[in-house]
Amino acid sequence: MSGTPTLAIRPARATALKAFGLALLALLALLLPVVAPDPATTNMAIFTVMYVGLATSWNIMGGYTGYISLGHAAFFGFGAYSFGLMLIHFNVTPGYPPFALVPVAGLLTAVLAVGIGWIALRTRAATFVIVTIAFMFMLQLLGENLVELTGGGAGLGLPYSHDWGGDFFNIPYYYAMLALAVLALVISWWIRRSKFGLGLLAIRDDEDKALAVGVPTRGFKLTAFVISALLVGMIGAVYGYYITYLYPQFVFDPLIGISMVLMAFFGGLGTLSGPVIGALLLEPAQLEFAYRLGASKLYLVFYAAVFLIVILLLPRGIVPSVADLVRGWRRRQMGPTAGGSRKAPAASAGEEPPTPAQQGLASP
Amino acid sequence: MTLVLEAAVLGILTGGVYALMASGLTLIFGVMRIINVGHGALVVLGAYLSFALFSSLHMDPFVSLVVTMPVMFLLGVLLQLVFIRPLKTDREALSVLVTYAIALGIEGVLGYIFTTNYVELRGWYETATFAIFGFHITWVYVFGFALCLLILGGLFLMLYRTAFGGAIRATMLNRTAAQLIGVDVDRVAAIAFGIGVATAAAGGVVFGITNAFNPGSHYDLISRLLTIIVLGGLGSLRGAIIAALLMLVTEDITQVLISPVWANFVFFVILVAILIVRPQGLYGVRVRDRI
Repeated sequence: MSGTPTLAIRPARATALKAFGLALLALLALLLPVVAPDPATTNMAIFTVMYVGLATSWNIMGGYTGYISLGHAAFFGFGAYSFGLMLIHFNVTPGYPPFALVPVAGLLTAVLAVGIGWIALRTRAATFVIVTIAFMFMLQLLGENLVELTGGGAGLGLPYSHDWGGDFFNIPYYYAMLALAVLALVISWWIRRSKFGLGLLAIRDDEDKALAVGVPTRGFKLTAFVISALLVGMIGAVYGYYITYLYPQFVFDPLIGISMVLMAFFGGLGTLSGPVIGALLLEPAQLEFAYRLGASKLYLVFYAAVFLIVILLLPRGIVPSVADLVRGWRRRQMGPTAGGSRKAPAASAGEEPPTPAQQGLASP
Repeated sequence: MTLVLEAAVLGILTGGVYALMASGLTLIFGVMRIINVGHGALVVLGAYLSFALFSSLHMDPFVSLVVTMPVMFLLGVLLQLVFIRPLKTDREALSVLVTYAIALGIEGVLGYIFTTNYVELRGWYETATFAIFGFHITWVYVFGFALCLLILGGLFLMLYRTAFGGAIRATMLNRTAAQLIGVDVDRVAAIAFGIGVATAAAGGVVFGITNAFNPGSHYDLISRLLTIIVLGGLGSLRGAIIAALLMLVTEDITQVLISPVWANFVFFVILVAILIVRPQGLYGVRVRDRI
């Protein structure tokens, strides 16, 4: 992705600016518990970073391939429950050791996702959406019905460390969540610039044509689905460890499933930074409103309003819309003579080369 | 055995209500190619409207339909105009999110007004029973079933015997072609959405009499309704009706033979089984790229 020679300075400056912004964000994320160690802040930070990870992981399937899954809470809950059950049955000492089981919970979730994906990916578009919802409710029912295993509606209590107290209690969970969010971002970034990622984008734009030119669509779709589920499962495991008590209706929660989708949409579907921006903006706002209006259920109305405004006014999300603005501004800066090479500034505008779907090519 | 038979009869009677609610949902999908995830919330809203009329004016729930169905029809048209029509690109995915938001909004408003306590619609037919072939059947199931037959019959008459029904069917078959032969597809879409929402109100009354409900009840409802229309084949009215009856009969029989807690689960098991054999559903047509 190198810019054309004539425009070399601008992309270099843009890249430097982006690197600086990224470093600043990373520093802020790393130092946050040191700067503001009070539990209220770290609690909000844990949930925000969690949704950064969830939206990024969801985007690997939903954004890149265009297959909208509204049932990713199934993997979130499954990760939490499988992790919790391992903790209890293997009698793991609470404290740091349980974090070693997080990847195991992720792998178990991945195995489940192979099965669910194999069935759900036989369908496309609208049917796929519905089938993922159905699987989510199926797992919620299993969580409620397999009382001997999960404790059913009475919930499942997880062991937690009594050595961690006061301000410190939240901090290990925060860094665990942060590590998973970074992992999800690295994987998403790697996929985005790999041949595999190119295949996924081809599936989004026209699956039948992609198949015709030799993209192994079935294998690619399933792989993206499983990677996405694995990451969500691991995040669910850390979440379970953090809240220490699991209820089927609160981990297999349709609202969790739709939140990660909304955040990815808000930031920009199929972009790397979009889900991050979406989560950073929406999750603190959601927590604040739930905290202030929680008892009256009015926070749902707020949530619905944000949702509708985002989709009706910014259907392509923040990142593509801003990228468009920047591109238009640059073109004006360069004057009418440079206007001929539309492609060059577009390619240099950022990490996300515009794709047909982002430009609104998707069929009505 | 009698228990199983009784369960089957009850399954058919309650299946009628689900057939009605699912018909509205599948009609909306057929005409607009959108999944109305808010359908369950609209059913619950219909039930609450009747509940409000019942508690304030002591209006019988069935009679209150005279008021609630036109109101819900107008609400449906309004929702379509304001939220669905502006979606120009990527309708299928965006519509899911928009209608989800509508569901959350309705849940939030209902929760604010009526709190999350469970309520129930009441009438004499809710407890009164009659005996037939040794079964005891509560009147409400019969009334509900009759109401559903009436509305479904009207829907079919409208679709197959009127010019407007022809326009709806043409839009369902091929939107562009319908537009070319002079069908005002935007108008058809708005009215079809209104009809779908009005049937949700009717379904809501029967649902509200036979079940205790609260603003959060729509999750359970919509997961069932979506399962039914996928099973029947998206956009197929006949498929939705047959799938609804099949699902509810199986559910009620499971309730008797195995356990009530697994009855819901069977719903999804049937869906998975059918999807493995026939991904397009019972009456669905496998269209390239769409389904």
